[in-house]
Amino acid sequence: MEEIIINNETDVFLMQVVHLDKVEYTHSMESRLEYLRHDKVGRPLILVSMGTSSLVAGSEATYTRICQYSEERNLDAEIMQSGSFGMSMAEPIVSIQMPGRTRLLFSNITEDRVGSLLDDVFHNTIPTEFCIGQLRNDKHEGYRDTLFLDETAFMKLQKRVVLKNIGIINPESIEEYIARGGFKAFVKTIKHYSSEEICDLVEISGLRGRSGSGYPTGKKWKIAHHTPSDQKFLICNAEESDPGAFMDRAIMEGDPFLLIEGMAIAAYGINATKGIIYIRTEYYQSIERLEHAIARAREIGILGHNILGSGFNFDIILRKGPGAFVCGEETALINSLEGKRGMPQSKPPYPATSGLHRKPTIINNVETLSNIPAIIGKGPDWFNSIGVLNNAGTKVFAISGNIKFPGLIEVPFGISLRSIVFDIAAGPPEGKKFKGIHMGGPAGSVIPVSLLDTPLTFESIKEVGSGIGSGGIIAMDEDTCILDMVKYFMDFMQRQSCGKCIPCREGTRRMTEILESITRKPVNDNGHTTLERFKGVMQLESLAAVMKDTSLCGLGQSAPNPVLSTLRHFREEYEEHIFDRKCRSNRCTELRTYFIDVELCTGCSLCAKKCPSDAIFGTPRHPYFVVEEKCIGCGLCYESCKFSAIHYK
Amino acid sequence: MEKLDNLLKKFPDLSRDNLIPILQATQDEYGYLSEESIKKIALALKLPASKVYGLSTFYNQFRFSPPGKFHIRVCHGTTCHMNNAGLFLKEIHKIIGIGDGETSRDGLFSLEVLSCIGACGQAPVISINGKFYDRLTKEKLKSVLLTYRNMEVV
Amino acid sequence: MVFTIEVNNRPIQARKGETILSALRRNGIQVPTLCNMKDYTPTGACRMCVVEIEGRENLTPSCSFQVEDWMKINTHSPRVLAARKTIVELLLSNHPDDCLYCERNGNCELQLLAENLNIRERRIPGKKSAYKNDKSSPAIVRDPAKCILCGRCVRVCEDSQAVACLDFTHRGSELIIATAMSKPLNFSNCINCGQCVIVCPTGALTEKIQFEEISNALHDPEKILVAQYSPSISVSLAEEFGLKGNRDINGIINAALRKIGFNKVYESSFAADVNILEMAEEFLRRQSKGEQLPMITGDCPAWVKYAEQYTPDILPLLTSVKSPQQITGTLIKTWISEKEKINPAAIFSVSIMPCTAKKFEGQRVEMTRKGISDIDTVLTTRELARLIRLHGIDIDLLEPEPSDDPMGGISSSGKLFGVSGGVMESLLRTIFYKHSGNELDETKLPKLRSFKPIREAQLKLGTAEISVVAVSGMNHAVKVLEEVRSKKKHYDIIEIMACPGGCVAGGGQPITKDENAIKNRIKALYDIDNKERIKTAHKNPQVIALYEDFLSEPMSKKSIELLHTTFTPREVIL
Repeated sequence: MEEIIINNETDVFLMQVVHLDKVEYTHSMESRLEYLRHDKVGRPLILVSMGTSSLVAGSEATYTRICQYSEERNLDAEIMQSGSFGMSMAEPIVSIQMPGRTRLLFSNITEDRVGSLLDDVFHNTIPTEFCIGQLRNDKHEGYRDTLFLDETAFMKLQKRVVLKNIGIINPESIEEYIARGGFKAFVKTIKHYSSEEICDLVEISGLRGRSGSGYPTGKKWKIAHHTPSDQKFLICNAEESDPGAFMDRAIMEGDPFLLIEGMAIAAYGINATKGIIYIRTEYYQSIERLEHAIARAREIGILGHNILGSGFNFDIILRKGPGAFVCGEETALINSLEGKRGMPQSKPPYPATSGLHRKPTIINNVETLSNIPAIIGKGPDWFNSIGVLNNAGTKVFAISGNIKFPGLIEVPFGISLRSIVFDIAAGPPEGKKFKGIHMGGPAGSVIPVSLLDTPLTFESIKEVGSGIGSGGIIAMDEDTCILDMVKYFMDFMQRQSCGKCIPCREGTRRMTEILESITRKPVNDNGHTTLERFKGVMQLESLAAVMKDTSLCGLGQSAPNPVLSTLRHFREEYEEHIFDRKCRSNRCTELRTYFIDVELCTGCSLCAKKCPSDAIFGTPRHPYFVVEEKCIGCGLCYESCKFSAIHYK
Repeated sequence: MEKLDNLLKKFPDLSRDNLIPILQATQDEYGYLSEESIKKIALALKLPASKVYGLSTFYNQFRFSPPGKFHIRVCHGTTCHMNNAGLFLKEIHKIIGIGDGETSRDGLFSLEVLSCIGACGQAPVISINGKFYDRLTKEKLKSVLLTYRNMEVV
Repeated sequence: MVFTIEVNNRPIQARKGETILSALRRNGIQVPTLCNMKDYTPTGACRMCVVEIEGRENLTPSCSFQVEDWMKINTHSPRVLAARKTIVELLLSNHPDDCLYCERNGNCELQLLAENLNIRERRIPGKKSAYKNDKSSPAIVRDPAKCILCGRCVRVCEDSQAVACLDFTHRGSELIIATAMSKPLNFSNCINCGQCVIVCPTGALTEKIQFEEISNALHDPEKILVAQYSPSISVSLAEEFGLKGNRDINGIINAALRKIGFNKVYESSFAADVNILEMAEEFLRRQSKGEQLPMITGDCPAWVKYAEQYTPDILPLLTSVKSPQQITGTLIKTWISEKEKINPAAIFSVSIMPCTAKKFEGQRVEMTRKGISDIDTVLTTRELARLIRLHGIDIDLLEPEPSDDPMGGISSSGKLFGVSGGVMESLLRTIFYKHSGNELDETKLPKLRSFKPIREAQLKLGTAEISVVAVSGMNHAVKVLEEVRSKKKHYDIIEIMACPGGCVAGGGQPITKDENAIKNRIKALYDIDNKERIKTAHKNPQVIALYEDFLSEPMSKKSIELLHTTFTPREVIL
């Protein structure tokens, strides 16, 4: 690592800011900072959210269109990109801040709407149908009859600690991050605390790992801190591979410097000199943003050799995870970093004492580390005051599925699940009956609607047979079949199991097969297959118990969770599938009963030709009929009928 | 293989720690990992080829045949699954005539299934050569695929 | 530190730092394992060894957990037994139901577990994966359908043999052990040593069975059947028949082979003596001409293939003398066929070896003269045992018989070929004699009889001293070669055997759970040497007769033509 030399005027200024307390700012510094953090803007500011979920919704075209618009009309405006604000339904979001006025957020600004939106706003009219709200700021003149953002249903119950800057700041600007108080916690750390004290503070704050297990972060750090070694490692686990979870990605895309600051403080606490961010390869934008952020942090001297003259050395490298769900497990992740197959190893030894290259290694996930700057900056007591006893702080969730307002939310612990689902995310789509939520990723469990009053804490969620996991919530209404979901999760686990230990490798596979047999009509209903099917069902619970009891790592131990929790809460759906061959949600297509509408059938015989099980009979040019006992429910007839004469129930 | 030689030069530390980054860079360069590349990398890193192969088959990212001109990635995350991603996948199999992880014979399309793109709010989602298509319907999917096919004909 | 823990409600003594498994085993409590290997760090993959520890939520794998003084352990509680049973049932749900047709029927760890855990029905139904059988290798057959993915072969191949031909590939239910690029074995860097076969708990890895060829030949009236067997067979075959004590049962093997229908029966150790005479001559010539040393032995076909693949630059250092198997084969089809007026094409020459790589050696193109190969078929010790059983021969009732002349006379120096360091010992005896005219006191080289994998020794030859090393296990051989290459060490002669301990531990030997089996086999060979009257190759009267009658002298034109060979670099995926 090279000695840090800063030669850029802005960077010198930034370092000055970082070193000073807020009260020590001179007037000129303060006013320069106001501009840097866009408290004041000299010309209109147009902010386009460009996180991945915005990109998927077409924000790139929106951005291009805005630039074009501005050029054509010679607008003197600053056009900037931000991370995704978290309202997936509202993407692409465009924010506009006119000089002296508060910032306004607009939803669903696709390319074609750019013209009319900008026309309106620059002529002082607000298109209310697209306006989400205005950002509260005392220094500006607000808009009348426009909700403040923190008054909206989506935001009212949220408490944004980790996400506070997301969608608001320019994630590529270290200037803006510092102007908003960034890196102050880190400077405080190395100036005022010993590494031991940092571990203490984090322990007192009550922060628990946000990746699912809820292990106290400070306690974990202390183990590594107290293990003597010439080299220690800090790994940020950004291999967010739970389907339905995108919290970490949003943080890295929207506020990368926050993660870097958190990592720097953590590294100081455990005396690590090397930090590694193990990130999903598919997270192209996060990788780009982090690469840029790391380079900038090095430039101004937050990373490198002898940081800020403290004698503390720390640098971060990015490593792209080549894609394996099991690499979320600590020992598998370490194997992957060492250039091996990502197979978990027996613990102990735990990575905190013997991890990467057998050195003490702390592995925290993105959200955990992103909480650190606030804990050090505002103090552990402040952090502890959020949430409830033993569950301090907030938790970020990605909520999706059958829900009106899918997106990214951050709520304090202790809030009820019902509030999350119905107040913040606005409940199921119009007219649909809510069934429950699935939490904790593919190894998580389903919580039925009757238990939604459960408060959000690690313990209470565990009590109802689930786990917080990394923070994906899938909402399910009556159109979702529980068995179809469980089958999907088991199949996912089967594909993602590393295959090392027998119970997980063979168990997930057999359980998937059993679930498949439940959701399929037996080809031949006399004798063997039926017997096998019932035998399989009987095995589900005992297999699940053995897998939980004997699997090598958390993946195998938790893989049966979806089955166990749904057997507990939705047993009647299993029974319907098995005994009545019925899927109440009509998702299990192979259980459908098809029939032909005699009025509509022209007797073209196409369906009979397509039928793979010869279940359709008839005379050409007369209505055909389906023999239910022979039908295997493949649906080919339904798809092939040109006269919409085939229906199912 | 000259490109691979140059690429290896960019890694001053040819230790096992760098095996995955090297394989990733190789795949970025060639689009896939050929037998030749694997042999060469194994030799350069003084690792048995079986270990390099064993490792690369473990991870989703690595492929052993060249990708098609249009690389289709289908998200099969939970929410996409709830929104019929499975059926769309079957539809793609039918329209293009290839299975997961395969490349069509004319080299036009290749198909990859991802466990989650993370755009769950806009499910179901696919991407073709990096361009996203969200909130798919059967009709939309068909027309998108057709557009790409026609692009080639023109 | 020793402390007491409670196991199954009874106190047992445990040592600090050892695993639970080790404490249990020492106290006579048997816990089944599948992936566990002696002297290897535990992987904790098979989960068979789980036990219940009071206070821990899940069951604990005893192989990878250190024992601690607070532990109260239950090794056979209903919960543990149910878990073990389920694990085996899960394995069986993806295992072919063909025990009756399996190579390992009766000697299979999975079968034994199923039996011991009282599995009596197929409780867990399911589809079985479709796999391709790999029969491409001349030595080893892989049947992935029978593989339970314990990983023992992967570890032995990488850690002990430094080849790493096999590794886990893919993952989850698609996990399969394969070579680089999933090539067939014959295109891989497999050296055919067969150590994987020895450690495989099931029939997933076996030698290539060559029974058929033999029974065809036995039924062919035109064929003259000739057999030879290696010295290390005679100390291990008895294990296959449950006979106690690793005694030399040469005479019984001779009798058995004749009963099966072999017309002539020889011991390869005769040719081992020839091999020594040729090598001694080659060494002395190379030494006196100042040619490149060390001379490296080439008796071990696994090592030879290794050298051809990995270190082609040192091929010139290998002695050009053929191995005893090939010398016997050559002599049978030249000297003996001339002497006894048999058409060499009518001879069906079978070699019985402790080795799978010998099957490969027998098929080498270099080992064919005028379209006639030296050896027609190679069997392993295990195949011989089966052949004896097939022919209904009661080994207990056989009277020992001598092997056939003119290759019946043997010395114990040829016998020593079966153990690592043995070739070296025999060679030095003859070199010393040739150099000084005196016999070497055979007790002078105790270092070559240690149980270490690398055994160095020095011998004074007149004023000069030669330095030698015998090494077994390819991982150790690689180390020695590296030291030689980097000039850290100098040796005049290097003996390399691929299998750890030498041919007594070869890949074709009986598969046994007895940890002392290999030591007992070695001891038996040394016992023979201690008791034998003729201890040197150059004293073997029939070898002397061979030279007088046929070859004239070591490294004569004729012996070079017949008994020496060449090596060529081999390109495979390394």
